[in-house]
Amino acid sequence: MLGKTAGGLAWMFRYLERSENLARLVETGQRIALTRPDRAESEWASVLKTAGVTASYKAHHDDVTGEQVVDWILRGKDNHSSILNCIEGARMNARLVRTALTREVWEAVNECWMTLCSELSRKVIPRDLPRTLGVIKQRSAFVRGALHGTMLRNDIYDFARLGTFLERADATARLLDVKYYVLLPSAAGVGSTLDNAQWEMILRSVSAEGAFRMVHGRNRKPADIAKFLTLDSRMPRSLAFCYSKIGDNLGYLESDYGIRMPSHDMAEAMCQDLNHATIETIFENGLHQFLQNFLRRNGELAVQIELDYRFSQ
Amino acid sequence: MSDVSPFDEMLRSDRSVRDAYQAFETWFSSEDPAHLRAKAREAEAVFRLTGITFNVYGAAGAGERLIPFDIVPRIIAAREWARLSRGIEQRVRALNAFLHDIYHRQEIVRAGVLPVEMIARNDAFLQQMIGVDPPGGIYTHIVGVDLVRTGPDQFYVLEDNARTPSGVSYMLENRETMLHMFPELFAKNRIQRVSRYPQSLHSSLAASAPRRCDQDPVVAVLTPGIHNSAYYEHSFLADQMGVELVEGHDLRVVDGRVAMRTTEGYRTIDVLYRRVDDDYLDPLNFRPDSQLGVPGIFDVYRAGGITIANAPGTGVSDDKAIYSYMPDIVEFYTGEKAMLENVPTWRCSDPDSLAHVLDNLEELVVKEVHGSGGYGMLIGPTASKKDIREFRAKLEARPSNYIAQPTLALSTCPIFSKAGLTPRHVDLRPFVLVSPNGIEITPGGLTRVALKKGSLVVNSSQGGGTKDTWVLEDD
Repeated sequence: MLGKTAGGLAWMFRYLERSENLARLVETGQRIALTRPDRAESEWASVLKTAGVTASYKAHHDDVTGEQVVDWILRGKDNHSSILNCIEGARMNARLVRTALTREVWEAVNECWMTLCSELSRKVIPRDLPRTLGVIKQRSAFVRGALHGTMLRNDIYDFARLGTFLERADATARLLDVKYYVLLPSAAGVGSTLDNAQWEMILRSVSAEGAFRMVHGRNRKPADIAKFLTLDSRMPRSLAFCYSKIGDNLGYLESDYGIRMPSHDMAEAMCQDLNHATIETIFENGLHQFLQNFLRRNGELAVQIELDYRFSQ
Repeated sequence: MSDVSPFDEMLRSDRSVRDAYQAFETWFSSEDPAHLRAKAREAEAVFRLTGITFNVYGAAGAGERLIPFDIVPRIIAAREWARLSRGIEQRVRALNAFLHDIYHRQEIVRAGVLPVEMIARNDAFLQQMIGVDPPGGIYTHIVGVDLVRTGPDQFYVLEDNARTPSGVSYMLENRETMLHMFPELFAKNRIQRVSRYPQSLHSSLAASAPRRCDQDPVVAVLTPGIHNSAYYEHSFLADQMGVELVEGHDLRVVDGRVAMRTTEGYRTIDVLYRRVDDDYLDPLNFRPDSQLGVPGIFDVYRAGGITIANAPGTGVSDDKAIYSYMPDIVEFYTGEKAMLENVPTWRCSDPDSLAHVLDNLEELVVKEVHGSGGYGMLIGPTASKKDIREFRAKLEARPSNYIAQPTLALSTCPIFSKAGLTPRHVDLRPFVLVSPNGIEITPGGLTRVALKKGSLVVNSSQGGGTKDTWVLEDD
């Protein structure tokens, strides 16, 4: 496979994953803004931070309002990470690697792009927002479904999955890091309706309210939430889950190509660290430091994979 | 234009249906137009979803457009096709012999058949190709010969696309779309298949591999990138052949061979089907500012390390000035009269011809020698007085840049419009593959149709559409 194709596949799925995560984030922000108007402004500020677009937003706006934040994340022209730009990027990469995709996957991503271009051609009014966000998540799921159902499990599939999980791990870690202070053990004592709202936001942003309840019951404790999203390898958006998948896919590449690369060692070290960690030690050493460290290593791994598999010259 | 109505592919002048269209007509008249309209919309949705689009240059924000597809097929009888394909084969054979000759001994110039300045002053003539022997002796692996029809037995070659003919993906997708929408039509008509084309293209390219290649040849398609107007076709052909679609920056010269950067290191390519123009192929040997090419690829080519299809420098043979010599060229190399006729052509470089052209601009079509895509031409009969005045000035300023031809009454074929079947002008581009194993012509080709009433411009960049093209198994 061409190195460029491997890169195109990884980026196509990174962008799709990002658009879906952003849709969930906006959904959660909107819900909190509606149910607790007093918290709205600070919630939207943390939505911007989690999306990593605070600086670009501030460069174009004087104040933080729900309406502007939603529009910026959905379709801000100068926001490289807007949902519309992500979908555009996913589709452009899909065109680039089209020969590697099945017809079903291509059509799913092309239709995703066609649908969202028209859906996001003008400002989305609040009444339509839930529906639009639903369409974004659904279209991304269609592409994933086509990928699972029709693609050969070879290196093409591995690079697509690597892109997905590198992005997802990054998104979950950033979500936690923006809110880390409400998850600290000390916050449990403070335990107020305010913190409850924050915890709810975290779980909602990863579509995990129900899953959390199944595992930990109705009693939300911040340490359990932190553990669920970092170390629980059954939770498909947790750091441990993402890294078990990254490890698998790199492992398939290793056996396919018959050669072990530096990125394999890096990923294995990450997997082991996550396997050995307990939530207690994480809190002891500092959740924030843990997440910052994780984000840095996740970024370095992505770069190393690009080098190992010659995404570019 | 003439008062006589042009030849219609489907109807005789007494409105009776020609034999080849009988089965189609019976089917069509039994169909509900509303149902057909729904089908036509369905076809458009399929094209959009598949992404069978082309990019429009210059139109800011226009992005990707669909080429309109018309559901009425253009049908060619087996006998007609047999005659046409013999003529095409003869012409393509002559093109290759001509290219070999002008890059070697130039016998045709020595014999006084072709003036030396036609080559010496030709921008498409590549000095660097002199004395180079392409693998298998083949210059034009892929050719698209543009034909127009003016009468029952009267076909003309309008243009020989010997550089990088495009449109073959439309030929294939149009057939797929028809099969998908109207399977019953294919049960009622015996139509020669076109679907083998990608395999034929692959085996034809593989058979042209350089002698140094001692294994199963590795073929790749070179595209200028996703912003090129024909990018869809490039990716389609690579996909259908099961080969890599590469860009210049995926390639480099490694140990005297051209290799592509894969996830497992560099891998040698034996045959490159390039859809990048000569000028941009190699910044070391041609345009130094090219970002699309591969530095040093031409040196590898000269040393017999790679096959480039089509060969660099083939453009000289489909140039519009050379075109006017084609009947002589065919005769010179094949020893036979050309079976397919040329449109009579005035070369404006010749003072007598120029005078004639200037006197008759209202009736002629004037084209730029190096133009393509229907741009930069004047169609006298439909042009305004102002257009003609402006064109006259251009022509007088640079006569050698132009040729002129009579306005042909191109044949018409019906399209399915709101008013039912209505005639529109068409042309035909059959696709030809050349390899050391021989010449293969896919039955049919791409029919382009001018969708505007009376228009003679079929180019997709100027509002033309396409049709599925059928060659019947037997008459």
